Amino acid sequence: MLEILGLLAQGFVVVFEPQNLLLIIAGCTLGLFIGAMPGLGSVNGVAILLPLTFLVPPTGAIIFLAAIYYGAMYGGAISSIMLGIPGASTAVATTFDGRPLAKQGLADKALIGAAVASFVGGTISVVLFTFFAPPLAHVALVFGAPEEFALMMLAFATFVGLGGDDIFKTLFSITIGLVLSAIGFDIISGEPRLVLWDITGFLHGVNFLVLAIGIYGIGEMLWTVEEHALGGGKSMLSDATVTVARTISALKEILKTWKTSVMGSLLGYFVGILPAAGATPGSLMAYGIAKQISKEPEKFGNGALEGVVAPEAANNAASTGSMLPMLTLGIPGSPTTAILLGGMVIWGLEPGPRLFVDHSEFVWGLIASLYAANLFTVIINIAFIPVFIKVLKTPFTILAPVIFTLCLIGGYAPTQDMHDVWLMIVFGIVGYLMRKLDYPLAPAVLAIVLGPLAEPALRQSLIISDGSFMIFFERFYAGPIMIAALILLFLPLFKKVYDRH
Amino acid sequence: MFKTQHTLRKVVCAVGVSAMLAGIPVIGHAWEPQKPVEFVVMAGKGGGADKAVRLLQSIIAADKMAPVPFTPVNKPGGSGAEALVHMKGKQGDNHTIMFTLNSFYTTPLRQPGLGIDIATFTPVARMAEDTFLLWVHSDRKDINSVADFAKAAKAKGNKWIMAGTGKNSEDNLLTDFLNKAYGLDMKYVPYKGGGKVAKELAGKNADSTVNNPSEQLGFYEAGTTKALASFTDKRLPLFPNAPTFKELGKDYVYYMQRTVVGAPGMSKEAAAYYEGLFTKVFNSPKWQDYRNKKSLQGDLLTGDALMSYWKRERDVHEIMLKEMGAIK
Amino acid sequence: MTVRTAELLMAILMGVFSIYLMVKSAELPIGWIEDEGPGGGTWPFWLSAIMLISCVGILYNWVRKKGSVATSDKTYIESHVLGDVVAVAGALIVTVALFSFIGIYGALPLFLIFYIRFMGKHSWSLTATLAVAIPVVIFYFFEITLKIILPKGITEPLFLPLYKIFL
Repeated sequence: MLEILGLLAQGFVVVFEPQNLLLIIAGCTLGLFIGAMPGLGSVNGVAILLPLTFLVPPTGAIIFLAAIYYGAMYGGAISSIMLGIPGASTAVATTFDGRPLAKQGLADKALIGAAVASFVGGTISVVLFTFFAPPLAHVALVFGAPEEFALMMLAFATFVGLGGDDIFKTLFSITIGLVLSAIGFDIISGEPRLVLWDITGFLHGVNFLVLAIGIYGIGEMLWTVEEHALGGGKSMLSDATVTVARTISALKEILKTWKTSVMGSLLGYFVGILPAAGATPGSLMAYGIAKQISKEPEKFGNGALEGVVAPEAANNAASTGSMLPMLTLGIPGSPTTAILLGGMVIWGLEPGPRLFVDHSEFVWGLIASLYAANLFTVIINIAFIPVFIKVLKTPFTILAPVIFTLCLIGGYAPTQDMHDVWLMIVFGIVGYLMRKLDYPLAPAVLAIVLGPLAEPALRQSLIISDGSFMIFFERFYAGPIMIAALILLFLPLFKKVYDRH
Repeated sequence: MFKTQHTLRKVVCAVGVSAMLAGIPVIGHAWEPQKPVEFVVMAGKGGGADKAVRLLQSIIAADKMAPVPFTPVNKPGGSGAEALVHMKGKQGDNHTIMFTLNSFYTTPLRQPGLGIDIATFTPVARMAEDTFLLWVHSDRKDINSVADFAKAAKAKGNKWIMAGTGKNSEDNLLTDFLNKAYGLDMKYVPYKGGGKVAKELAGKNADSTVNNPSEQLGFYEAGTTKALASFTDKRLPLFPNAPTFKELGKDYVYYMQRTVVGAPGMSKEAAAYYEGLFTKVFNSPKWQDYRNKKSLQGDLLTGDALMSYWKRERDVHEIMLKEMGAIK
Repeated sequence: MTVRTAELLMAILMGVFSIYLMVKSAELPIGWIEDEGPGGGTWPFWLSAIMLISCVGILYNWVRKKGSVATSDKTYIESHVLGDVVAVAGALIVTVALFSFIGIYGALPLFLIFYIRFMGKHSWSLTATLAVAIPVVIFYFFEITLKIILPKGITEPLFLPLYKIFL
């Protein structure tokens, strides 16, 4: 314990060198804006800035990149709440309640709640990271395909509560998301799959962002255009204001949700450390559980503060967590950490179990910079909230074309292929038409993230077990997770049957 | 709608090139890129090829070797099919290059419908050849040689799990070789990416792998996994105790190319420019250092020599895929 | 068209789409392959089948007149709203089509002028300011800072000197 504190103190000495401190502040600010852009996430920021980091030594570079990473995680919530467009898959769950809050004129409360929860999630996870990295790395290592699939089932189980009342439409939404995610390429057989109408653009599959920006960006905006026309030119967004009194009362309310943020943080962190899972399942499960344990579950989806706090705490905690398999196993837990991993290779640092020993200055510098980045980002974020709120007050007919512009570029940026921009427009229009018929669309957006994680895990497990499903119940970690998933999945069904009798 | 885009690009390029020629009449001035160069990666983010591209990109940028940035674009779809089709559509483009692996041979062979002829691509430079070794977990104290391995794997029959990277991939070819050469019936389980494969072995979810050194290095250095033998001509300096399969009496050598390819029909001047640039990169201390650390083999190969190397390798892969039954 | 009619059409359309997805999935093996586990088409095939079943379920509810959507005889899209929605959706499609021809910096100002001036009825001076300022900010943020090169179409030669200066 003392030894760890000593190493951490050394890390802080590195962080508080003036140059590194400047890098953190610059990284957090830049990350915040990149994250707030629909279509751009921490992956873009980190990938594109990687070559710049040659100008500074490796420790400074990873500090800068970690700051961008954190900034972008905070920033993701901003576009989710203000525009209803999740900038990254990790921020989808934040839209469920963040958007309704903004529509009720409470965008300031939602934004502050998201910032505070992100801070709690970041802090708890980095403390856990500091003291329990090696034993948790072992858990991540033995986590194989059956465990991954069980975990995905648990994430799916939390879907059940997210759909609307129409079970067929919810089922439709989940399955179309899963099928769309199967387009492109079967990683097991290596064959191209579901290349629709033989258009080569489908070879790279349907990117999550294309569907998310299509549905939440283009589709939602068309919906708002309609509301705007019906409402006779009233502004669509909120008329939130920022005053000291409002902020204090918001903070008081946020403090009351501390249990939810702690739950979200712990859950997010543990899911985050599992290789390949990443922050999206973590934030989703945190949302689902927050709803399950809430005294007023009916408020969820209509602007419950806990519905913003839980996923935001979880996704920040998970992004710290996903650094663990990257550093100790060389396995990236998220696309962003995959790029960071590439950066480490460029700097000649070999990720793996020996990294903590051979390059302890680097590792502890990184950990200390996570503490610092977290603190700076929450301050910078809260300082910008009045600016964001001001932006929302722009007349709709000016804001709308700007948002459409950002959507179009956001759809192009991830793959740099016009095919994806067209696809996004199609999803937007179809999504708008479906939304008018009460199809729930959130399950489809989440399914497209979880599908590519679940399918290979299922098939790998079945190859290992020669087709026996018992493999999911026999193993030490997979068994309990799978049983929990099944209970969660069938609980609402049992409840319904019980209520009828 | 999607097809016209490509033709349009061609027109645009033609306009761009002619404008350039008109604007810069300096005779004898060598060709240089005018806009950011798209550096296509035939694999996903975070894999071995992607890491190498980001290193190449950063060497070019850090030492200011080129007047424009090189921007990596990942096109991993369909075992590289997506990247190959994209390159084919860039016919005559002087600002698109690609980093390839062995799927450069196998994907067009397995999917003739794509209409890809790799002989039309512009050879730039082979930067390295990656090597393969046979790995097991260090806790298997009973396995210290390929003979021990064969005995243990035989005893477990098809319960012995070999983790690899996708059906008909390089790992699958090597697994087939081992099965045939030692009379084994190992079960091949495909995972996404070599890093994941390495982790499955370290976590004991697989019994053996045929990873590249760069993928297993972290675990190897921590003493979690050990290398039994290498699929190379000579023993690798990093793993002096792992014999080659040649020494063990099996004449089997297999490498993975790491090569820079230009778009089909690229102008001679542009091809010469990229060849010169990547020769410079190849000889830079940073790339040489990376090659040593990751135990990469293979000399620099450019121009016609690279093209004949491709043709030879394609024929070799055709035979291997036929033997596997992956193609007819 | 009433909401009820739209519900029927959407369910039929999606049902047909799911059949297409099933056919397309079946291009790869959809059964169990010895030593290889489920074939590459299995997962999407059965999921598309469930998709089809849910479409049938939606139709069943439609026939039984169950649920608020299936019984609603309100107009699907009000005619005075339809104009606005179609105009915006159409403008988006035209803008994206123009990306490949006159480039993002040709198409975006046109879209902005259309929306701000003709949909929003704002002044010409405001329109002009935004139609110039927004593309400039986008060029700076995406192309210079993030090095994401956006489509230029035939305007590309104009950008070559800018690349020289900024990149």
